[in-house]
Amino acid sequence: MKPLSNLISIEDLDAEQVVGILDTAEQLLPIADRRRNSVPTLRGKVVCNLFLEDSTRTRISFDLAAKRMSAEVINFSGKGSSVSKGESFKDTALTLDAMGVDCVVVRSGSSGAPLQVSRYLEVPILNAGDGWHQHPTQALLDVFTMRRHLGDLAGRHVVVCGDVLHSRVARSEVQALRLLGARVTLVAPPTLLPPAPESWGAEVSGDLDAVLPDADVVYLLRVQRERMHRAFFPSSREYARFWGLDVDRLARLPDHAIVMHPGPMNRGVEITADVADSDRSVIIEQVTNGIAIRMACLYLLLSGDTEGAEVTP
Amino acid sequence: MTQLLNADEVSRALKRLAHELLEANHGADDLVLVGIQTRGVPLARRLAALIEEIEGTEVPAGAIDVTLYRDDLTRRGPLPLGETRVPVSVDGRTVVLVDDVLYTGRTIRAAMEAVLELGRPARIRLVALVDRGHRELPIRADHVGKNLPTSVDDRIRVHLEEVDGRDEVVAE
Repeated sequence: MKPLSNLISIEDLDAEQVVGILDTAEQLLPIADRRRNSVPTLRGKVVCNLFLEDSTRTRISFDLAAKRMSAEVINFSGKGSSVSKGESFKDTALTLDAMGVDCVVVRSGSSGAPLQVSRYLEVPILNAGDGWHQHPTQALLDVFTMRRHLGDLAGRHVVVCGDVLHSRVARSEVQALRLLGARVTLVAPPTLLPPAPESWGAEVSGDLDAVLPDADVVYLLRVQRERMHRAFFPSSREYARFWGLDVDRLARLPDHAIVMHPGPMNRGVEITADVADSDRSVIIEQVTNGIAIRMACLYLLLSGDTEGAEVTP
Repeated sequence: MTQLLNADEVSRALKRLAHELLEANHGADDLVLVGIQTRGVPLARRLAALIEEIEGTEVPAGAIDVTLYRDDLTRRGPLPLGETRVPVSVDGRTVVLVDDVLYTGRTIRAAMEAVLELGRPARIRLVALVDRGHRELPIRADHVGKNLPTSVDDRIRVHLEEVDGRDEVVAE
């Protein structure tokens, strides 16, 4: 596997690297889910969570991942920090560099912010979600969860339903699934589809009921009201009727199919409460798997800073 | 490439090690064999099978990957992780670590840390198919298949049927 220097976009990865990250996460899962104690692997390393956009869940997940591997964590959030006092992005990055952090996890509402940070810093940069662009660790934890349930994903059919337009998750997700050879169908109201969705290498459908009998995974995207600055659909009730997953639609799925959601859910909008709590839903597992995936990324980015060292038994 | 041990010699060494383990432990009770990834794992499985042949007692055999406990990861870069799976609790048992080549002792130090994270064994023992010397830590094996004096520049490789398709020990 080619070594990773940053993790900014799924586009930067090849299939072998994705599989390498998933295999690493598989071995780290017992540590992530606390069947085994934490490990000393990243002792002495400092991981900085630079969160310029609020995201409690993702930050806690990265925080736990670093701590399960004994790294030190510092949190730098947008609010109340020098960023809100008007410090430029570049100065923030240079300050972190001068403080000697070993890795920066960047979350930002602006697409491209992690890439920008990587230009100023020598240390590995991990994208924890930037604008509408990418959320690579979310995509990796999702394909990891799918692989644990379905085995090899080549030829599997994943239906991604909901607000594709505003979703960095969807973008990363489709790329990761395509790398692993899965088939993807995007289902969304026409107003919430990106321009030229075919260019993503996915099929597009407006009829959720029609695609369900052939799905191995239904992945529901969150209706992101905070990113919608105009009306994309008339009402939550109407959205739920056409694009939401309820028990009737669940019954149309093959018996082995699983239901996923990146969280936080709007119960009653994109997914009903009884579907979210059903045994077909793996949404809670996604959370634990997220810690394992982030541990794997930190391990692969942070262990080893010289190449070609001699291996001794 | 020079062959240092052939398949028969490997097989005889393992049989002797199984007998030695049983003698030192006064039987097979409370033993758990833990092979160090990667080639220690099939060795532990073979020793368990030999012990069962001799004593008629089934001895649990597991695997441990020490990569996450290594002290040289920063120098060596990310290594692929192997599986850690010990089928029984190690609490109160005699854990026998099994490795193919004992060299600096650093792998064994990491393995002891990894085992102690799994629980509190009554004692930890070490079996190595080959001891090539050049220890950097105060560690020695309880049972050794073959002592091979080597120079630091030698590369000693153990090949096993399960991984490499044949049993032998070679110097490269």
